[in-house]
Amino acid sequence: MVSHLVEKYFRTETLPHIWCPGCGNGTVTRAIVKAIDNLGLDQDQVCIVSGIGCSSRAAGYLDFNTVHTTHGRALAFATGIKLANPKLTVIVITGDGDCAAIGGNHLIHAARRNIDITTIVFNNNIYGMTGGQYSPTTPTGDKGTTAPYGNIDANFDLCNLAVSAGATYVARSSLSNPNMIIKQVEEGIKNKGFSFIETLTTCPTYYGRKNKKGDGVEMIRYLGEKTINKIAYDKLPEEKRKDKIIIGEIFRGDRPEFTEEYQKVIESIKGEI
Amino acid sequence: MKTIEKLNIEINLCKGCGICVAFCPKDVLEINNGKVRIKDINSCIECGQCELRCPDYAIYLGGK
Repeated sequence: MVSHLVEKYFRTETLPHIWCPGCGNGTVTRAIVKAIDNLGLDQDQVCIVSGIGCSSRAAGYLDFNTVHTTHGRALAFATGIKLANPKLTVIVITGDGDCAAIGGNHLIHAARRNIDITTIVFNNNIYGMTGGQYSPTTPTGDKGTTAPYGNIDANFDLCNLAVSAGATYVARSSLSNPNMIIKQVEEGIKNKGFSFIETLTTCPTYYGRKNKKGDGVEMIRYLGEKTINKIAYDKLPEEKRKDKIIIGEIFRGDRPEFTEEYQKVIESIKGEI
Repeated sequence: MKTIEKLNIEINLCKGCGICVAFCPKDVLEINNGKVRIKDINSCIECGQCELRCPDYAIYLGGK
């Protein structure tokens, strides 16, 4: 038996899922479902779109309209779905590699258009499914199978990227505080525009093992120590800010939404052609 | 004496990661042979941290 929440929103015959012991993806997926439940959305009017990667397997376990698409292209598919049926609540589940590397271009343009899609990035700092290669969010100096002596790249700040590109709701949360994930997904869905939520999650199998960060429990505790709420961060002296990761609501904007603007064009030329 | 029905475990879904055990504020749970087990149900305050954090949907509150 499973909980009411899981029974209602999951394809329970597909459980147990493929995620490793201590992997945070299951917790984040439950948080998304809990947020949808809290908002009382009609299950048949929600569409979950995912790309490729560990995180993107979530779409297969969820009992909504779901599309498991090609690598990096979840936002491109989601844009088409939202334009074809603007009444749908479209949610994209993606990983750091899927969203920031292969699908990086789709991300910035979806944000630029401010299309009403809520994107949740499961950021585990590594490519888990393909064997632990370093990703655009692997911190500088950390190891992956393709960076055995440490990653020399600077890692992306995905939230800053989303703000710069034009998203109208940007937030970051961590597995150390699952209630914050639920709250942010609710706010993201409520925002009429492009919402971007980066959730810091754990990959004990690859990122954890390669970087000696311990098991799932230790990695969650580490995230708890490393993250700090934006309000508290702003009050910290400069020397204590170093190495901290800001969580909480990062940005909220107000710009015209893409599908509404598109509809206006359709209305304005009706009868002319 | 509290009833055990309020805290449910679906043992087939448990992968033994120990997250529920570590984050339970009342030390209610333990890992036994690679799976979670209730150690002391009387201490349970039904805070729901285990259900909130379990990545495998193997533990939850409420009778069913």
